[in-house]
Amino acid sequence: MAETITNVTAGTDEDIVNLSPWQIMWRRLRQRKLAMAGAVVLLVLYFVAALAGFFAPYGYERQDRDRFFHPPTKIRFDGLRPVMARYHLTEPGSFKYEPVADDRKPISLFVQGEKYKLLGLIPSTTHLFGTGDEAYPIYLLGTDQYGRDIFSRMLYGSQISLSIGLIGIILSYSIGVFVGAASGYYGGKVDTLIMRLCELIMSIPGLYLILALRATFPSNLTSVQMYLLIVVILSFVGWASTARVIRGMALSLRERQYVLAARALGQSNLQIIIKHIIPGTFSYLIVGATLSIPYYILGEVVLSYLTVGIQEPEASWGNMLNAAQNTEYLRNYPWLLAPGAAIFITVLAFNFLGDGLRDAVDTKSA
Amino acid sequence: MWQYIAKRILHLIPLLFGVSLLTYMLMWMTPGSFYDNLKQNPQISPEKIKELEAKRHINEPFYVAYSYWLLNAVKGDLGYSLAYKMDASKLISTRLLNTFLLSFFATVLAWAIAIPMGIVAAVHKDSIADRALSSVAFMGLSIPEVLLALLALMLAASTGWFPVGGSQSPMYDLMEPGEKFWNRVHHLILPTLVLAASSLAGIMRYMRSNLLDTLRAEFVTTARAKGMAEGWVIYKHALRNAINPLLTIFGYSLAGLLSGAFIVENVMAWPGLGRLTIEAITSKDYELVVATVVMATALLVIGNFIADLLLAWSDPRIRLK
Repeated sequence: MAETITNVTAGTDEDIVNLSPWQIMWRRLRQRKLAMAGAVVLLVLYFVAALAGFFAPYGYERQDRDRFFHPPTKIRFDGLRPVMARYHLTEPGSFKYEPVADDRKPISLFVQGEKYKLLGLIPSTTHLFGTGDEAYPIYLLGTDQYGRDIFSRMLYGSQISLSIGLIGIILSYSIGVFVGAASGYYGGKVDTLIMRLCELIMSIPGLYLILALRATFPSNLTSVQMYLLIVVILSFVGWASTARVIRGMALSLRERQYVLAARALGQSNLQIIIKHIIPGTFSYLIVGATLSIPYYILGEVVLSYLTVGIQEPEASWGNMLNAAQNTEYLRNYPWLLAPGAAIFITVLAFNFLGDGLRDAVDTKSA
Repeated sequence: MWQYIAKRILHLIPLLFGVSLLTYMLMWMTPGSFYDNLKQNPQISPEKIKELEAKRHINEPFYVAYSYWLLNAVKGDLGYSLAYKMDASKLISTRLLNTFLLSFFATVLAWAIAIPMGIVAAVHKDSIADRALSSVAFMGLSIPEVLLALLALMLAASTGWFPVGGSQSPMYDLMEPGEKFWNRVHHLILPTLVLAASSLAGIMRYMRSNLLDTLRAEFVTTARAKGMAEGWVIYKHALRNAINPLLTIFGYSLAGLLSGAFIVENVMAWPGLGRLTIEAITSKDYELVVATVVMATALLVIGNFIADLLLAWSDPRIRLK
């Protein structure tokens, strides 16, 4: 992608002199439309995920026993007013629904509905939109085999999927950066030992190792324990590659004059690693982290899809896709794949942003 | 060259040893065992279970059990599958073949498509073709394998062009040899396509940027300055140099390929090593888990080894290191 955007000038030379490296990076990033689009999409996704209870018309556990496999409901307009038709079951037993003619209810904003906790703290019953009438439900993306609203579950699921990416990357990069920097800085036996360990972890195909690790823990965990377990397992597998890259950078950084100067001035090794070695790897870290977040998101998806991750009735993008494993469902109720589209959009946005960041920090291709 | 090969093979031994120790340890720490299920079964006497446990050294310390396992593994016996009631080695060999077939054809297909795509994109840089190919590659890079495999299943289920999962029809045993072959191929097509599609994007992007770098090199400028035909410059001079570093990518892409195969196997019911691992984990058939993980690692390490050999063969500088 780097080559498609050529001759991007980041202001005149005079401007650049007065800017910090981060400001230059930000300037260059702003000029990359796709990267900025990715960033905006991600901001929206994280914002919606944070306030999932408010944006979701229903709770993730709510079952509508009259409407299994309900298709996505269309929003119609009565003049300018959005309305929701009433649907009724046409063939009992086959899950076919038809809107009833002239039986509509207006959709309004800030309706009162189920109880939830905003940000997990503030109890509330206000939802962004809805009809406020159980007989006229809004199922923007249909319902699943238990009659649960897929749109609402997707929003609740995004809380898990999106946060696992961030927490996973913070955890594995903290380990990887520190171990890698120390390994490269000290060299010698410590270095050899750590690098052999990294090679060992990296030589086992990722998912095999992840599942073997998963099997080591009991299956009846609370949802919080399960969440933490997934993050820890994914990070345990993920830190090795970061450590190797950082170690390589540390090897060359420790010979730099400013590091030698710091040592001559009598700074301790720990101080040098934290103050001089690690900051030298920041531009790699920010790009690498952005491009690696999808690995954690997809890791959770695969574990939950294989039913050893987030458990029902808790919603996650992975365990929602598990319903689509049944080919009969898949053929007749394709809206079950909606979480897959959400994963795709999220990963795409992270890749666009990461790609733009890579170009922005690469000062050689100005 | 021989010295290099010998050195690399010697390197493999501690690695495989480490992997088997690690997985064996993980499985040792796992709560519950297959024997717990057997103990619930009134038809199996406690003496029988004791006998089975003694045979697998379950009640002895970890290092004793592992030593026995290792000793047998060196002889080619990777343990015994309790759920399938057969030798793990025998069970794994058929599954390993399936995973190998899937990965092999997917790799061949992905490279056969990705390399020309990358060349077209690089040669016609910034053209419509380049932009279209690059954006397709970007999408391909972002689409999760789970979703792609599910979409493929949906296609198979709604059109009936392809079988919905599995590696052979239920009637397979009654077929003629020719029919059997076609049945196998028919089942292989869709999983191969899915797996190839997921690794295609990375190779294409790498090929494109590699060729672009080479086209900027001075020897290419020299060739052009000599008045050499452009096609000759690109295909005889630049391309040969651009393909060389791709061999490294081949090594790296194997890990992703095996993980991808793991997902495809599980979604599309392809009876490979990945599916066997999940089955073994859910039935707490731990010696089988260790065996599958070790075999998957061996597959990856040997693949990397072959990639390195190709690289050393094509670039003499590497052998000297």
